Amino acid sequence: MQRIHRRKSFWTTLGVAALATTLAACSGAGSPSDTASPGAGGTDGGDGGGSLNILMVGNPQMTDLEGLAPDFEEESGIDLNITILPENELRDRVAQDVSTGAGQYDVVTIGAYEGSVWTANDWLHNLQDMAEQDEDFDVDDLMPAMKGVLSKDDDLYAIPFYGESAFTMYRKDIFDEHGLTMPDEPTWEDIEQLAAQIKEAEPEMTPVCMRGLPGWGENMAVVGSMLNAFGGGFFNADWENMINSPETTEAVQFYVDLVKNYGEEGATNAGFTECLNIFSQGEAAMWFDATSAANSVESPTSSTVVGKVGYADAPRQEARSGWVWAWAWGVPKTTKNLDAAWEFISWASGKEYEQKVGEELGWTRVPDGKRLSTFEIPEYQEATEAYRDKMLAAIEQSDPNDCGTYPRPAPGCQYLAIPEFADLGTRMGQEVSAALAGQKSVEDALQASYEYGETAAERHR
Amino acid sequence: MSTTAATRERAADTRARQPGHSRWGWLLSLLAWVLGILFILPVAWTVYVSFHQEVDAAVSPPDFLAPLTTDQYEKVFGSRARPALINSLMAAGFSTLFVIALAVPAAYATGVKPIRQARGVLQWILSTKFLPLIAALVPVYVVFQRLGLLDNIWALVVFYTGMNLPIAIWMMHSFLKEIPKDIMSAAEVDGASLWRILTSIVLPLAMPGIAATGLICFILAWNEFMFALNLTATVAGTSSVYLVSFITSEGLFIAQLSAAALVVSIPVVIAGWVAQDKLVQGLSLGAVK
Repeated sequence: MQRIHRRKSFWTTLGVAALATTLAACSGAGSPSDTASPGAGGTDGGDGGGSLNILMVGNPQMTDLEGLAPDFEEESGIDLNITILPENELRDRVAQDVSTGAGQYDVVTIGAYEGSVWTANDWLHNLQDMAEQDEDFDVDDLMPAMKGVLSKDDDLYAIPFYGESAFTMYRKDIFDEHGLTMPDEPTWEDIEQLAAQIKEAEPEMTPVCMRGLPGWGENMAVVGSMLNAFGGGFFNADWENMINSPETTEAVQFYVDLVKNYGEEGATNAGFTECLNIFSQGEAAMWFDATSAANSVESPTSSTVVGKVGYADAPRQEARSGWVWAWAWGVPKTTKNLDAAWEFISWASGKEYEQKVGEELGWTRVPDGKRLSTFEIPEYQEATEAYRDKMLAAIEQSDPNDCGTYPRPAPGCQYLAIPEFADLGTRMGQEVSAALAGQKSVEDALQASYEYGETAAERHR
Repeated sequence: MSTTAATRERAADTRARQPGHSRWGWLLSLLAWVLGILFILPVAWTVYVSFHQEVDAAVSPPDFLAPLTTDQYEKVFGSRARPALINSLMAAGFSTLFVIALAVPAAYATGVKPIRQARGVLQWILSTKFLPLIAALVPVYVVFQRLGLLDNIWALVVFYTGMNLPIAIWMMHSFLKEIPKDIMSAAEVDGASLWRILTSIVLPLAMPGIAATGLICFILAWNEFMFALNLTATVAGTSSVYLVSFITSEGLFIAQLSAAALVVSIPVVIAGWVAQDKLVQGLSLGAVK
């Protein structure tokens, strides 16, 4: 019996040794940085700009870039390893990567909010000098609102890829049919009245689609921009909690009533994607959302209402419903390929790239809203005739440092650029969503949100 | 049990339960149909949606007159599908091989010729599954980072091997216990070595069990998402990570995602189909005593 035991342990040892040898052999054999043999290479990014690891969200403009990336690889001799992840996973991965110093990514797409927060965390490279020294890049051409959301002390820490504000989209044909007019600069009351008229004239239609899905980047983007319009806000410049102020309450009450009476069915499950869907299927008469939606709304492969849509400014009340957002390129401090990273960014956010997208994929697919010069390209002007001016005006009128009726403690229009906001916004979004579902009153929802706000503001006071 | 015997038995089974033979037969058959359709419906819908443009895929209720297109599949094959599939095949394939290579001897040592404290060892092996995987995420990440193994497919192979080993040992343990001891005693009496007993007697007899265990390990490794997401970056991403890349907060993606999901499911379906014959025997091995 004893002998068998020993023999067993011999076999176990042999098995483990064999396994270890196999592993060592395989990982040794498969480590060249050849992208054709995936999974083999490590992340030794230090080989002098030979390859660049890019992490981005899968928005249509980014997948277009993925398709055009071989052109860049050919021109520059830099291989691009592109990974696409949904927004939330991307944030987690970058946070993990930077905080552990793993340095697996050289360029990442970030939203305006992360731009501010990560810059404050000292996670991102200052790109100002590189942008200025690169003459082809023409940094002065970037729109002030974009610089506003992506800079710290006038230095750019992320370079915009495309930018957006918000505006009102409406079905021109339906409005004409029923003799309705959308004012160029509607008020929220105009929107409500028009919605009531549409409900009567077109009972089958959703009068207005508004995001209701809880989340700081979902319903709270719309609610946050409405707070600006009604004279409310999250905090004033002294960090005084304004979440249960009468103005904020009025704004949220208006939002809840509007969506309850005239909004889409199942509004608490409808975010940007659902509204885009409803609107581009011709099932909604109005939609207040990001200007970048226009690219999809006017694209025949994703929309049945191409050419039937009119555009008006973001609704206002006491002030405009301000909204500025950018999708931008950031370079984590952990990168070992700063120069190559800039070369890529300069290409992706450059003027030539816009020309390339316009010529090869179509002018409505240009990643727009970041450069003033984009709006002067004749082909672009022609293709985006319907919404170009409104988009430009909306972005130009939205100043992330001057939103709503009183000064804010941090930049941001439909959000607030503090690390605590993602949590606060999402919790408040859930409260607002509960009010929308009729589970609690707006006052109760805001009182609960006020408490979350207290926690968020504590560190800043 | 030979294949023909199994088929005969299945056939006899079906005859006995044929609808119409009993008063409630039609009801049972109706129930079976309803359940069957209920289970197949999501898959059928995925297939349906994957052959449409985004604009037609998003319509509710579905428009059955909408034109069909293979655009989505062209896009899937034109993108990062190939490396992701190869990575998944490597991670799932190699880890399954290693798991089987380790689980069979372990199961032999705990089931066939139990070592001292075999019961305790088995319990201990199972106890490693008590910890929720998410709790191990940070330590595992840090260990792989220190070893310089992040974004390396072999790191996933090692991880999946460890992840599936307890299940495999337990499964193999029960399969090996089914093998009549007398056969092995006879071989021992004839002077067969341990190696000979393992390769010539245990392995062939346990083949159905190995197939079943292997398939389950393969599926678990293939579908694993959390660690694949966190331990890989740009080159070693598996197909489950590749799948979520279609989810975007701006723009429509249902048709594209459906096509990608089907493409990614194909290897598992093939693996199941290959193992099917053995699997049926394997899964019923413990049941027929």
